[in-house]
Amino acid sequence: MSDPLLVVEGLNAYYGPSHVLQNVSFSVTEQAVAIIGRNGMGKSTLCAAIMGMTPPRTSGSVRLEGTELIGRASYKIAGLGIGYVPQGRRLFPSLSVEEHLRMVAGRNGGPWNMRRVYELFPRLAERKRNGGAQLSGGEQQMLAIGRALLTNPKLLIMDEPSEGLAPTVIEMLVETFGKFEEEGLRMLLVEQNLVVATSLAERQLVMIGGEIAAETTASELAGSVELQRRYLGVEPVAH
Amino acid sequence: MTGFRLPRLNRRQVPLLVVGAAVVFALAYVLLIAQKPPATGGGNWRTTTFGSAVDDPGSFLRIFLDSITFAGALFIVASGFALIFGLMRVVNMAHGAFYLLGGYIAYEIQQAMTGQGFAIPTSQVNTWEWVVPLLVAAPCIAFVGFVTQQGLLRWNQGQELRQALITIAISVIVADQIIAHFPRATSTVAQKFGGNAVSLSWPGWTDRFVNLHVAGVHYSLARLVMLGLGIAVGLALWLWLYRTKTGMVIRAGVDDQKMTSALGINIQRTFAIAFVLGSALAAFGAVVWASQANIAAGQDGQWLLNSLVVVIVGGMGSIFGAAAGAILYAFVLNFSATYLPTAGADCCTQYSIVVTFALIALVLAFRPQGLFGRPG
Repeated sequence: MSDPLLVVEGLNAYYGPSHVLQNVSFSVTEQAVAIIGRNGMGKSTLCAAIMGMTPPRTSGSVRLEGTELIGRASYKIAGLGIGYVPQGRRLFPSLSVEEHLRMVAGRNGGPWNMRRVYELFPRLAERKRNGGAQLSGGEQQMLAIGRALLTNPKLLIMDEPSEGLAPTVIEMLVETFGKFEEEGLRMLLVEQNLVVATSLAERQLVMIGGEIAAETTASELAGSVELQRRYLGVEPVAH
Repeated sequence: MTGFRLPRLNRRQVPLLVVGAAVVFALAYVLLIAQKPPATGGGNWRTTTFGSAVDDPGSFLRIFLDSITFAGALFIVASGFALIFGLMRVVNMAHGAFYLLGGYIAYEIQQAMTGQGFAIPTSQVNTWEWVVPLLVAAPCIAFVGFVTQQGLLRWNQGQELRQALITIAISVIVADQIIAHFPRATSTVAQKFGGNAVSLSWPGWTDRFVNLHVAGVHYSLARLVMLGLGIAVGLALWLWLYRTKTGMVIRAGVDDQKMTSALGINIQRTFAIAFVLGSALAAFGAVVWASQANIAAGQDGQWLLNSLVVVIVGGMGSIFGAAAGAILYAFVLNFSATYLPTAGADCCTQYSIVVTFALIALVLAFRPQGLFGRPG
């Protein structure tokens, strides 16, 4: 039997003396997983820890198809097949749209190339020459996703992809993510927006205080106002 | 009755106005107000070495060209420093020592090739005898840079104080080794070793003056070549940074190192490339300037300072910044040396260095990130 795609076991992360992630364990296998939770619960730290970005300091185990990632350099982790769409997009202000894609394209073999990214997001093709900072929020997010796809990932980690975007743009992204899922690209999605999280992934992990506090499903969440209140502390979404 | 009212000055605009007035005055002074010193006796606040640009356009043009050609050499050295500083946030305090070592290595090679002893007449040097020393010295210094970066700096990333101390240590060691071992090829025993001043020679074909057909000025071809080399280095760097994949990675790395790594790019390798190239540029600049002027022990500090000033004025991480910084610095240095008021016929002001620091102070006050730097 082959190894599961991503296994996180007893993962701890620290920023200086503060112990941000506490003994986090979960796995991503045959379907997308969403991690939900309020601000400051350690969701972004989890992404950074898996990507091998320092800080935070980490201990424990993160395995991608059986290969241990803890202690590896960030670029090697990306090379092994994890695409990363960070919170706030983190585009490069000095680079144009085209340059963002060109610098990543062709490093790892796989189905993604620049033409396919432009086909997926025609808006980007129209704005090839524009600087990363001159794009609208939605275009920035498309570029951040396109850039991550060009690493030809097996797993796409997305940190708050819907943050600060207009509802129509969110709808379009959710549709795109649905296509990824059909094509067999697994996603680990960190979200505060329940509509996005539940429409994309059936498995929902709830993160509270740096721990995975509960596991639930999209259908369960959608049906229970009480659960939404408890896990997210926000007014429930209308369904 | 409607009175004419001056627009109320915002308090924040006052310093800007003062600086603007000072710049306008300086321009007016150089162009119109300055006077030649009297044949005998002291001068007044209007007396300068050559008089105003209107009185003596030839001298003005010559100083203009001196400035822009010096900026060429300055840019070659400082662009290497800016590349390293901008990408890696490493203030390479050994940049001046690399410059000096590169210059002495090139000198030894040229001496070995021509066998002429201390001062070689330029007319007896052919193009190869200038190019080969450059092609040997630059890779030597590139290798020194590589060892420094991989052996010492790589393990101390993000620790600015340690990196500064390490590179200061290297610069002290290199500078002392230069005094102990260079120059080797000198005719007299008295001049051997001790880091004495030596100079390279430009190739013979540059040893002539070009008639510019403006105000009767004939100008040194060697200095124009120096400007040409500076422009060539600038163009090559621009093409590299803006037209190649490595260049894109470098610019991305200047913006956000960690994100660049998270896209599967080995930024460490890019750092090594940038450090090696930056070091080689120090040697390149040294060969150029040592051919025009000279190199001597102790100049390492001066060239480190030159590079720092250029980067502070221009803004880090931008070759446009390095170019603008080099040009401004060269102009301020040369023009203040010749156009500050002098005490009559006995020539020459010593205050030009003050003006260059005023330039830094002004840039830091109004644009702390430098002319082409990005805030934050």
